[in-house]
Amino acid sequence: MLLRGSFDRHLHVLEKEVFAMGDMVDKALENAMHALKNQDLKLAQQVIDDDALIDKKRIAIESQGVQLMVTQQPVASDLRIILSALYIAVDMERIADHAEGTARIALMIGNEPPLKPLIDLPRMTDMVRDMLRRTLDALARRDAECVRGISAEDDNIDNIYDQVFRELLTFMIEDPRTITRATRLMWAAHNLERSADHVTNICERVNFIVTGNFEEMRTSKY
Amino acid sequence: MNPKMQAINVSFYYGKKQALKNVSVDIKENEITAFIGPSGSGKTTFLRLLNRMDELVRGTRLEGRLLLDGENIRGTGRDVVELRRRVGMVFQQPNPFPKTIFENVAFGRRMLGMSHSQKLEEIVEKSLREAALWDEVKDDLHHSGLALSGGQQQRLCIARMLAVEPEVILMDEPCSGLDPISTLRIEELMQELKKQYTIAIVTHNMQQAARASDWCGFFLLGEMLEYGATGEIFSRPQNKKTEDYISGRFG
Repeated sequence: MLLRGSFDRHLHVLEKEVFAMGDMVDKALENAMHALKNQDLKLAQQVIDDDALIDKKRIAIESQGVQLMVTQQPVASDLRIILSALYIAVDMERIADHAEGTARIALMIGNEPPLKPLIDLPRMTDMVRDMLRRTLDALARRDAECVRGISAEDDNIDNIYDQVFRELLTFMIEDPRTITRATRLMWAAHNLERSADHVTNICERVNFIVTGNFEEMRTSKY
Repeated sequence: MNPKMQAINVSFYYGKKQALKNVSVDIKENEITAFIGPSGSGKTTFLRLLNRMDELVRGTRLEGRLLLDGENIRGTGRDVVELRRRVGMVFQQPNPFPKTIFENVAFGRRMLGMSHSQKLEEIVEKSLREAALWDEVKDDLHHSGLALSGGQQQRLCIARMLAVEPEVILMDEPCSGLDPISTLRIEELMQELKKQYTIAIVTHNMQQAARASDWCGFFLLGEMLEYGATGEIFSRPQNKKTEDYISGRFG
């Protein structure tokens, strides 16, 4: 006899909500950078508006998690999955907030002539999106080994951030009139650097679900 | 931390049927150890071995050793009455004697030969206080113990056991017949009692084991499959079967 069919179904739904939120956050990252790179102000506004939906999703995940804790008194891996879903939702919401921040920077820049063609920032975005996607895949597979590798990739993000920082600093030193525009790009780079740190947090949660160990995986230098 | 009691390679048979398979476990002093597992897994059988209740059943056989303070509880010449004074037991159904509350608590001491009434009164009051029952019954000590509620009867049985100053308290599903508030009262009481006594409890209630115990052993088909700190067992059990049982996948 299936003793806990309904509980298992609810757990499954909760996990699906986390993946759905992951897709929304991925889209926000992609669109925010596209808007910044192509000065697409309409798309930037879209990212800002859609952030409310992501916040709603986070609240839905939290409320479902709390419901399951109250009604099922979960233990062991059930408990670890529910707790982690709550934390993962918070980290993903923060990533979406950073994407929203980048969209706001795109609005701020508006139609001003670009300081330079954006190459490193879209690259950082692709890397963060790839890390997030693979982390959520690892969650689906319950693969702790995989997230260990992903969290180590945060160093690559930090390295590009360093590179962007040096490059923008050079612009500012050579021509102080670029300071405003360069600083805005610096904020966008910082948003991506922080987003990668949140992915690392999610990696730690996946590891906790699989192994039950609390473990700090990577300390970002920033 | 010293084990108050120890089981070393204990196997137990009812006739040809083996009920316990090579169980080894420590019951740590001044801590609460819970035994969980499905019906028929051997946890109650194991608890009963700890004060030789199994000897009341014919055709049983024990292998291995059970120690109290490092000494075999079944060595030649070991007195079973003395063992049961040191290792008291509380059962699933409260079983007060059809006597007054006072006489229920005084019973063990009287059996051990105490007749001094003032001393008996002191012991009865102390035991009822320790069992968190004194305030509720102090004016009714000469009423029947059977007139109390189920939760009060269970605490009366605990007081009756405490009156003979045991060292270890065995509890066999002590709350299975009680409502949630009476259950919490007993669990609170256990937290008080463990300061002076060592407690081992068998429970079917997972939340109770998680809430009330320090150590937890999981029995399945006569084996102790997993034993560890309660927080660990309920957050990251090492054995898949333990996980399946505590999260309700079988049982």
